[in-house]
Amino acid sequence: MSLPPGTLFLLASALLFAIGAHGLVTCRHLLRKVLALNVATTGVFLLLVTLGRSGTAVDPVPHAMVLTGIVVALSTTAVALGLIVRLERRRP
Amino acid sequence: MRAPPSPTASDPGNGDGLMHPVEITFDALLLFSMVVLAWQGVHARNMFRAVVSFIMFGLLTAVAWVRLEAPDIALAEASLGAGLTGALLLATLGRLAPERRGARRPKVVKLSTLPWLTMGLAGTTVLLAVTLTLPAPGLGEAVLAAMPAAGVDSPVTAVLLNFRAWDTLLEIGVMLLAVIALWSLGQDVLASKPRLPAPALPALVRLLFPLFVLSTFYLLWRGGHGPGGAFPAGALLAAGLVLALLAGAQVPERMRGAPLRWALGAGLFAFLVVAVGLMWAVGTFFAYPPQHASILIAIIEIAAGLSIGVMLTALFLGGEPTDIKGGGK
Repeated sequence: MSLPPGTLFLLASALLFAIGAHGLVTCRHLLRKVLALNVATTGVFLLLVTLGRSGTAVDPVPHAMVLTGIVVALSTTAVALGLIVRLERRRP
Repeated sequence: MRAPPSPTASDPGNGDGLMHPVEITFDALLLFSMVVLAWQGVHARNMFRAVVSFIMFGLLTAVAWVRLEAPDIALAEASLGAGLTGALLLATLGRLAPERRGARRPKVVKLSTLPWLTMGLAGTTVLLAVTLTLPAPGLGEAVLAAMPAAGVDSPVTAVLLNFRAWDTLLEIGVMLLAVIALWSLGQDVLASKPRLPAPALPALVRLLFPLFVLSTFYLLWRGGHGPGGAFPAGALLAAGLVLALLAGAQVPERMRGAPLRWALGAGLFAFLVVAVGLMWAVGTFFAYPPQHASILIAIIEIAAGLSIGVMLTALFLGGEPTDIKGGGK
């Protein structure tokens, strides 16, 4: 049993992105949309780092990009959740 | 005590050797659980279950980063992606009206299968084609060649704070913007009130908090030559502060005005001072002179690390800190 390294990770990242994008469109509940967005983001991060490993030297640029991305994703999530809580309070 | 420039880069067999069956089985199990947990995190019937699945998904993702030899990202993912995001999600869930937490089947929008499937397949094919035409070696060798002038030994820190410092500057700007956006929505709503009447928690936090601060500075110091640096350090500091808030601590009265705002802005401020100072001294934005690179990066890293910790805590609070009527001590 031999696979080129990274195949499984590429496959999983595609699946994760699909689950996230599908959930983002289909779910009505706003909290679920936030969760779906985070799942899709993780898929993209996995793809970036897996592609960065394909060369001979480990490429630190995707690592730095993903670190930046995780923090930006967290900021987005925090603002989205803050908005959701305020929206819920308005709802009768 | 300095490590060689890049311990993993020259290791043969990472790049294109074939993997051991045990490794393949481990990866397959790990990734399969991740996909299942992600599906549950989006579609589980009970909202609480969905959130807990998502937190577990974040933890497994951290393991996947270790498998991909990205310890920096694993640290950030475990503390931010799983830890702080999880705490935020649970706090939000607690604020939703009970009937919105839903034990019913989640409402979904029905999609017509054919057009979406066609679009998805077409998109995937295009992406695959683009991926296969990417230049294979990436920037790994270019970064290795530039490392002697970087002022730090860890390639990831070098990229973050030297070669692509501009991106990191903007990222800290984005975080500050998120805090401003939340503060402009009003007072804190998420986590200010201690929900757990547990007497052991405050005592435990009093015991643990100094350790959190100590580890923060250890990670900051370590960032120069290994996995660590401003982001994991900031995340750890935030974890300690959030734990203290959950145990009933409040933002002290005298810290609330100017000191808190300065702490929030310190990272961006240090970054901008260094960048503009260099523009004035050398003539280029963010062109560190190699003999001073080390110290300049250390200044930015300490300021950014502390500031990131405070900003993450502010994001968790979800608004400007206020007094709580009838709270604990």
